[in-house]
Amino acid sequence: MTDAHHDHTEPPEDVALRVKALESLLLEKGLIDPVAMDALIDTYEHHIGPRNGAQVVAKAWADPEYRRRLLEDATAAIAELGFSGVQGEDMVVVENTPAVHNVTVCTLCSCYPWPTLGLPPAWYKSAPYRSRIVIDPRGVLAEFGLNIAADREVRVWDSSAELRYLVLPERPDGTAGWTEEQLATLVTRDSMIGTGLALAPAAA
Amino acid sequence: MNGIHDLGGMHGLGPVAPPASEPVFHAEWERRVFALFPSLFVGGYFNVDEFRHAIERMAPSEYLESSYYEHWLHAFETLLVEKGVISTEELHGQVKPTPPTQPVTVLTPELVQPVVLGGASARTTHGEPGRFQQGDQVRTRNLNPTGHTRLPRYARGKLGTIERVQGLFVTPDTAAHGLGEQPQQVYAVRFSARELWGSDSPDSICIDLWDSYLEAV
Repeated sequence: MTDAHHDHTEPPEDVALRVKALESLLLEKGLIDPVAMDALIDTYEHHIGPRNGAQVVAKAWADPEYRRRLLEDATAAIAELGFSGVQGEDMVVVENTPAVHNVTVCTLCSCYPWPTLGLPPAWYKSAPYRSRIVIDPRGVLAEFGLNIAADREVRVWDSSAELRYLVLPERPDGTAGWTEEQLATLVTRDSMIGTGLALAPAAA
Repeated sequence: MNGIHDLGGMHGLGPVAPPASEPVFHAEWERRVFALFPSLFVGGYFNVDEFRHAIERMAPSEYLESSYYEHWLHAFETLLVEKGVISTEELHGQVKPTPPTQPVTVLTPELVQPVVLGGASARTTHGEPGRFQQGDQVRTRNLNPTGHTRLPRYARGKLGTIERVQGLFVTPDTAAHGLGEQPQQVYAVRFSARELWGSDSPDSICIDLWDSYLEAV
């Protein structure tokens, strides 16, 4: 991102100082536990990320019965794989088809399915993406290198409530007989946001 | 409120320009701000709707100029002072901090995994029965509240179709202002790009909306 977007600008010194002042005060009052904070940071920096969602997608591609459960009750089907909790309490999975390409956004803030995708990238939370994906989805997708046929519907899901959305991308051709582990290597974060497609086998 | 956060449909905010890759956190202070959210949420000092509304109340220029985790920091400072958990003088080191007067709930290390995996669903088992079914035509109301709402400006007074019935959820418009959960039915309402933007494309936008945002057609 460029500096003009201010999505992850170099923080002015006073921001880091403000954080330190607040954390020190809360600690002195006995309201927070820094060891628990370290564990939270480690969890979301190293253990929860889009590889979780890739497992869900790969299983849906490999197992039609799982795919059916996933589209019917995404929260329960995703929990079968052990992924649940904060910012994924109530999940919806939307499936790409030859007729419809789905893409997700939160225009009002930055809602995103943490248990399956981890914390959102800066661009997802940025003013350019949030403002434009609803009014010019094809223009935004083109910036990701994705050109959708003129007669195919682009369906944008603005997650304005407490449902969190995961896109089930189309399974790439040339993957017949692949295991779930192999299939998962084709599933990118952006393909589950809807700003990308699953990788073709040769590109994985 | 018709605030700067309600960005859907605005022009002039630049290209998206996604980088090939980026770290989860860009600075140590971002890590600390991130971890304060679950800590303070579990402490019960605010709910998620109050948190979002605190960000929406930022000065518009400050909102656009500052980064995501600065928004969070702003919300913590605002809400903790407003709710009397801390004072501005304490925050600025002008007075010695006083201990809390009520018993407090602290997010301790052993609670981290249960909290992360359990979450805090806004879904409820009770509430106002919904008025609409899948496939029903609805029109969004032309609401312009000065408080918190999740009906984006770009979708007010627009004709749509109930795409999914999502279930009963806490109403943010009241929960953000100490007026209770008042659960109602939420629907994914599908609007054509033609209806919202006068576009000729076959595209559509689905938005999750509470029953009270809608009227029958």
